[in-house]
Amino acid sequence: MKIVVDMDLCADHGQCVYAAPDVFQLDDNGKLVYKAEADESQRDLVEEAADVCPMQAISIED
Amino acid sequence: MTGAPAQRVVVAGASLGGLRAAEGLRAAGFTGEVVVVGDEPHMPYNRPPLSKEALAGDLAFSALEFRRRKSVDDVTWRLGSAVAEASLGTREVVLADGSVLPFDGLVVATGLRVRRLTLPAPEGGRHAVRTLEDAVALRADLRPGARVVVIGAGFIGCEVAATAVGLGCEVDVVAPEDVPMQRPLGPEVGAAMQRRHEAHGVRMHLGRLPAVVEARSTGADADPGRVGAVVLDDGTRLPADVVVEALGCVPNTEWLAATGLDIADGVRTDGWMRALDPEGRPRTDVVAVGDVARFPNALFDDVPRRVEHWSIPTDTAKRAAPALVAGLAGADPDPAPFAPMPSFWSDQYGARIQSFGSLGVADTVRVLEGDLDGEFVAGYERGGELVGVVGVGLMPSLMKLRAEMITALQPR
Repeated sequence: MKIVVDMDLCADHGQCVYAAPDVFQLDDNGKLVYKAEADESQRDLVEEAADVCPMQAISIED
Repeated sequence: MTGAPAQRVVVAGASLGGLRAAEGLRAAGFTGEVVVVGDEPHMPYNRPPLSKEALAGDLAFSALEFRRRKSVDDVTWRLGSAVAEASLGTREVVLADGSVLPFDGLVVATGLRVRRLTLPAPEGGRHAVRTLEDAVALRADLRPGARVVVIGAGFIGCEVAATAVGLGCEVDVVAPEDVPMQRPLGPEVGAAMQRRHEAHGVRMHLGRLPAVVEARSTGADADPGRVGAVVLDDGTRLPADVVVEALGCVPNTEWLAATGLDIADGVRTDGWMRALDPEGRPRTDVVAVGDVARFPNALFDDVPRRVEHWSIPTDTAKRAAPALVAGLAGADPDPAPFAPMPSFWSDQYGARIQSFGSLGVADTVRVLEGDLDGEFVAGYERGGELVGVVGVGLMPSLMKLRAEMITALQPR
């Protein structure tokens, strides 16, 4: 599963971190870092993360 | 367990809650027909940027449409047609255009509409911010140098004020409270927010109400159809090219008046978002989601409340959809308590106010870290227990406190 975050949109709200902490994290400066590839077992959580992103910056490309 | 193929669920409301409900029905295995009815002409779109990034011109209005899951590709969207009434006896919804939609299950997701000024006032230059069209129209009037009077000092009023300042407007804010955002944030944090606004040149007229809205009666551009000034109840006259009415919202429930449901302040539900019948029993065929729903959150207590946070439509729809699917199949819903962690944010002058928990149930506010005029974390406590936090910056601390609250407040 390929994950794309539009970093122009991302405003580091961190909501994705609560939804899928194995894929999305905030670094020490509060900036988003994420894995562009995730195991299929993470799909539900990543869908959840995309849902709760206030900027709707996360997309999942199969 | 799936719904019978012949079943139909009508989702009344095509904003975030309606979209998430449709997705949730499919995720819960409902294979019947889903019809989403919306009064606006648009597919579901994201509203928070309407008072911030999109109003400022940093985000295109065309970019606000929500991503939709593939599971809702077969959903029927009836856009631009409001629901007019519902009958639970015959299980029918009537639309404003007169068409009748029979249903087996109903999702109430009709949301809120803005409250408008009750004073007589010219229409030109008056704005509210709820819909895409509202924001597009306001954006066109927020020219550099425009004199903007914002009535209301809640989050929307304060965000519009901050955005207008950023666009070079002159901004006055009028509100009856003692400090901006007083009800959600409390007096100390609200006072700190007032200082931020004033530091950016906003003039706050607090403890005041508008008494008269005057037309633009003098000068080369005199126009009886446009606002010219707002006169306050102490006689202060604020020249105005633009008046923004940020007076809060009211639930769209009139169409449910004949159903007997408790709609005293939104649709009252149980912890599965099932609407309560006149005897107080949950209906198995009607759920409510989003800010139109008045529901209990087991993290805090059993008091049903409406919650106007962006996170709520998603949280409540994910709870409501499987409960409705279970109800339609004659089954019981998931017995786990409903305990979503509330969360909201507000961006003003480049600073983000971030909150978790339920500030409204707190009896004490304490600054836990930092300084209210810079970065800080404030703790909201009830009986000595942390039930909410508000911060500017300091995300690591906020995230840690959020996790601690989730553990400590878990229903037992």
